[in-house]
Amino acid sequence: MTSLSLKDVCKSYGEVEVLRDINLEIEQGELIVFVGPSGCGKSTLLRMIAGLEKITGGTLEIDDVVVNDVPPAQRGIAMVFQSYALYPHMTVYDNMAFALKLAHKSKEEIDKAVKSAAETLQLTQYLDRLPKALSGGQRQRVAIGRSIVRDPKVFLFDEPLSNLDAALRVATRIEIAQLKESMPESTMIYVTHDQVEAMTLATRIVVLHGGDVEQFGAPLELYERPANTFVAQFIGSPAMNLIEATVTATGATTSVQMGDGGHADVPIASLDSDQGTTVKLGVRPEDLTVTEGDDYLISAEVEMVEALGETTVLYFKSRNGESSLIAKLPGIHLIAKGTTIRLTAVPEKLHLFNSEGKSFLYR
Amino acid sequence: MLSDNPALLGLTTIVVGVGACLGYFFLSNLFLDKVLFPASGPNAGRNINRANMIRPWLFLFPALFALLLYLAYPVFETLRLSLTDRDQGGAFVGLANYQQMMAEPKFWEAVRNNMLWLIVVPAVSTAFGLLVAQLTDRIKWGNLAKSLIFMPMAISFVGASVIFKLIYDTRPEDQNQIGILNAVWLKLDGGIGSVLMLQILPSILLIGFVVIVASVAWSFVRGIIAKGEDKSAWLLPLRLLVAGGALWLIWVSISSLVGIWIGEIPYGEAQTWLTLPLWNNFFLMVVLIWIQTGFAMVILSAALRGIPEETIEAAIIDGANPFQIFFKIKVPQIMGTIVVVWTTITLTVLKVFDIVFAMTNGQWETQVLANYMYDKLFRANDWGVGSASAIIIMLLVTPILVWNVYNARKEMK
Amino acid sequence: MATIAGKKSGLVWAVHISVALLVLLWLFPTIGLFVSSFRTADQISSSGWWAALFPAEQNEVYRAADPDDNRVADGDMFVVEGNIFDGTPRDIRSWGVSSRDVSAYQPGETAEMKDGESVTLQADGSYVWRGNDKQLSGRGQRIFITATVPPEFTLENYTTILFSGTGQDNMAKAFFNTLTVTIPATIIPIVVAAFAAYALAWMEFPGRAILIAAVVGLLVVPLQLALIPLLRLHLGIGIGKGYLGVWLAHTAFGMPLAVYLLRNYMVGLPRDIIENAKVDGATDFQIFTRIIIPLSFPALASFAIFQFLWTWNDLLVAKVFLIDATGSTTVMTNQIVELLGTRGGNWEILATAAFVSIAVPLAVFFAMQRYLVRGLLAGSVK
Repeated sequence: MTSLSLKDVCKSYGEVEVLRDINLEIEQGELIVFVGPSGCGKSTLLRMIAGLEKITGGTLEIDDVVVNDVPPAQRGIAMVFQSYALYPHMTVYDNMAFALKLAHKSKEEIDKAVKSAAETLQLTQYLDRLPKALSGGQRQRVAIGRSIVRDPKVFLFDEPLSNLDAALRVATRIEIAQLKESMPESTMIYVTHDQVEAMTLATRIVVLHGGDVEQFGAPLELYERPANTFVAQFIGSPAMNLIEATVTATGATTSVQMGDGGHADVPIASLDSDQGTTVKLGVRPEDLTVTEGDDYLISAEVEMVEALGETTVLYFKSRNGESSLIAKLPGIHLIAKGTTIRLTAVPEKLHLFNSEGKSFLYR
Repeated sequence: MLSDNPALLGLTTIVVGVGACLGYFFLSNLFLDKVLFPASGPNAGRNINRANMIRPWLFLFPALFALLLYLAYPVFETLRLSLTDRDQGGAFVGLANYQQMMAEPKFWEAVRNNMLWLIVVPAVSTAFGLLVAQLTDRIKWGNLAKSLIFMPMAISFVGASVIFKLIYDTRPEDQNQIGILNAVWLKLDGGIGSVLMLQILPSILLIGFVVIVASVAWSFVRGIIAKGEDKSAWLLPLRLLVAGGALWLIWVSISSLVGIWIGEIPYGEAQTWLTLPLWNNFFLMVVLIWIQTGFAMVILSAALRGIPEETIEAAIIDGANPFQIFFKIKVPQIMGTIVVVWTTITLTVLKVFDIVFAMTNGQWETQVLANYMYDKLFRANDWGVGSASAIIIMLLVTPILVWNVYNARKEMK
Repeated sequence: MATIAGKKSGLVWAVHISVALLVLLWLFPTIGLFVSSFRTADQISSSGWWAALFPAEQNEVYRAADPDDNRVADGDMFVVEGNIFDGTPRDIRSWGVSSRDVSAYQPGETAEMKDGESVTLQADGSYVWRGNDKQLSGRGQRIFITATVPPEFTLENYTTILFSGTGQDNMAKAFFNTLTVTIPATIIPIVVAAFAAYALAWMEFPGRAILIAAVVGLLVVPLQLALIPLLRLHLGIGIGKGYLGVWLAHTAFGMPLAVYLLRNYMVGLPRDIIENAKVDGATDFQIFTRIIIPLSFPALASFAIFQFLWTWNDLLVAKVFLIDATGSTTVMTNQIVELLGTRGGNWEILATAAFVSIAVPLAVFFAMQRYLVRGLLAGSVK
């Protein structure tokens, strides 16, 4: 059942277009993450779903009802803000009860809802406190509790973890995942710029860039089959290496030749017209291995070595203006700066992008 | 009768006034949401948007009404009145009122005194405020000291006038002086201490003042000569105006400097301070300075606190002494705030009425514009000239008004 | 900076001393008024108020007890013993027995007079007067003392001003009139301005920027301009001179500052909280009453203090819009100005009246100083 559907939604401030023709179908019970660099429009999109920003064009449906002109409170959504947005002059209890009071719910009903949400989030003993007497993590839980109490169709989270320190962020991330598991029926939309949060929480991820949806899919699909160079480089850390190459053979398997003698037979289909064109060969740093043989992808001079123990990260001198290459090898490797080594990868782990940056897989 | 008991009337007004305000806001919103554009039915979405377009005006209406009727309209009405004559049944008389006003020596006296007030009070208040703010910045009982110096802020101009009248009080020769100023004055006998207090110290202050005025004026005038400066047409008159004012100030200062050394000082005679021409203006200004220094201090103290500590620490490491740190590091960083304080006090000075009204009522050459205006309006019943003088005050305020609006608009962008 | 190495302590002392001097200089005028309000008319006109703070030297004359009734035989001599003070003891500096030399002896010394007559005076005023039958007769020996008198203060002036005074000397009515002007004139503009400030801070509508700029402009319009047109208006529509007129005038004159101050504060409230309230289903009216008003308390308090001080201390607006020919609605500032004219020399009345009028704002000032400072910082146009 479709919970939320966006059709050709766009947003512009005067002349400036911040979102273009967004089309998304979100199923009930999904946890969708909007991810992208800052300024990509992800927060604006969320605020449009919440009703805090007017929709310039297209339609937004929640449970098959067009809600473009419906005020936030009547859309059946709840939102958790980056700054938590707790009402500083109200106790935790009153913070959670505020929306229900405004909706003229009965006292008993409010009390039951608040108590049960507090139970779930282990906030029962803090109900009488003011927000300023709580720690960051507790405030975060109150903000979540406040949205649970309203029993919305869609939960909206706007970078809810970005104000927490690293350790608390991991703990709260796990709590949110557990919360989602305990509420399999509810739909959640979650905005973040942090790809780890996106990968760990999402059932599907929307990658936004410059006002466009770059790819919409399951986390591992984005990792294994990125639709374009932007997604390829945005998901995964360090970012995917992109190497200029020329297509030498087409068909079910595509052969490419690198400038420095490297060569690869990639099991991705290509068209006859691709013959001789310049493409980008993508390979993730963690997929590279050192080889002594003649069948290699890359041969490059090591510029810097970062030995982290569990992994060794090698940075190679960039050749003729291309972006520099990175390899992430498991375990400890004693490789001196300045040595030239050869790297290779399993052909199934390679990606091909045409000159416009589109993946060969999605043509 | 209700109106016989002012306390009851006041209470009723509070209840009725506040109740009416709240009732207006509540009911008008209710009307908008439930009757005019109900948020239900087929047009719910459109109605909500329409209601939200009207709502701001509901919230704004009472305040806008008050502002327009009580502040905006009077500006134009006063302008109109200043061009009419009440005795001729409000007939239009052109600039006759202004001509009549310009012909009065009392008006020019008020203008001269106002200029003195405008220069001395903001300058001295700001300087004292800055001094106190800096001195109290790092000491333990600084907050107590500041609070005591800030205290006159709460005292009415009238109360302050009584306080200072006591200070300036004069008794006949054979009685004990009960005004502290005369008591101190009679202690001075022409000895070395008196020369120091009455001749050397004022001379140093005057010379310092001349130097500051001259350097400020020079920085304005330089722009006319120097190349590469912004030579906008509107800046030239401003610069000439500043230069002219500065020359006048320097002339006044130097002539008083000469007066200090040549003039005979009447030692041993109790003085009636408020009747000494020219000097009495300064005795009145002291009252306002006493009140306004606290204001300047509070604002400047906050500004000083806002200076990044690192810049001061860097200056200490660079070898700056406390005076250099103050004048070369701190003051430049709070220049914007100093200007704000200065203009705010300037506005207060332009409106100053109570002090002069209560202490001298403009006698003995202490008239100022605001009191002159009150005189014309309510004693002479000459609404034409009174309005004309009000317009003069408005003209003096206008540059600050324009500057404030300009800044506010810039800030909002 | 006290922690910085090699800092000169001399400079620190100079700072402390200069601040102390400045504070004294600033306090001195008010203290003068305060002290004077506790002195009698005679005291005020005979010496400066600063003299009242210290014990004064005073010459007094006493007589020893009547010898005919009190003398006791002591051998061939007679003795009169007693105490010159009945009740209030004085601090005797020196004393004498002749008007030509009133301070010839110290307490405890014995004054030898002619033919063996002697007087011994102790510091506590007890004396021993010794002499023969002839000497100890008639009237008691005169004893001149130079004593230090402790400061003396009276509450009489306050009783006069607040309760028993008549006509202009009684400020009670003016006090209540001032309160009647002040309280509504403080509360009503807050309510009106708060709504407008919310609209200007958090509602989107065309012309908002221009309105804000207009408020900033009106902030500096001298109220002198408003006097004549508005008085004419009030007289024209029948409000005339009275409380209603002065309330309306104060409300309107305080409006620019109120709107400016409150808007500046409200616009600084976190956007998220207001949006969250919208998501929670609050209408603009509910957001205003449930969220904005409680959170804006500091700004509301700041403005309330400003407006209170301004209306309490005001003279001009009251003179123009309130006080009619009967003078029954006079306020304290006006009454003091009138006193200055008619009773300019009666400092005990003037000082007390002035102190009564400034006591309330001073109390408010010291109690709410924090909010006043905050308001000043927010209210000065940047």
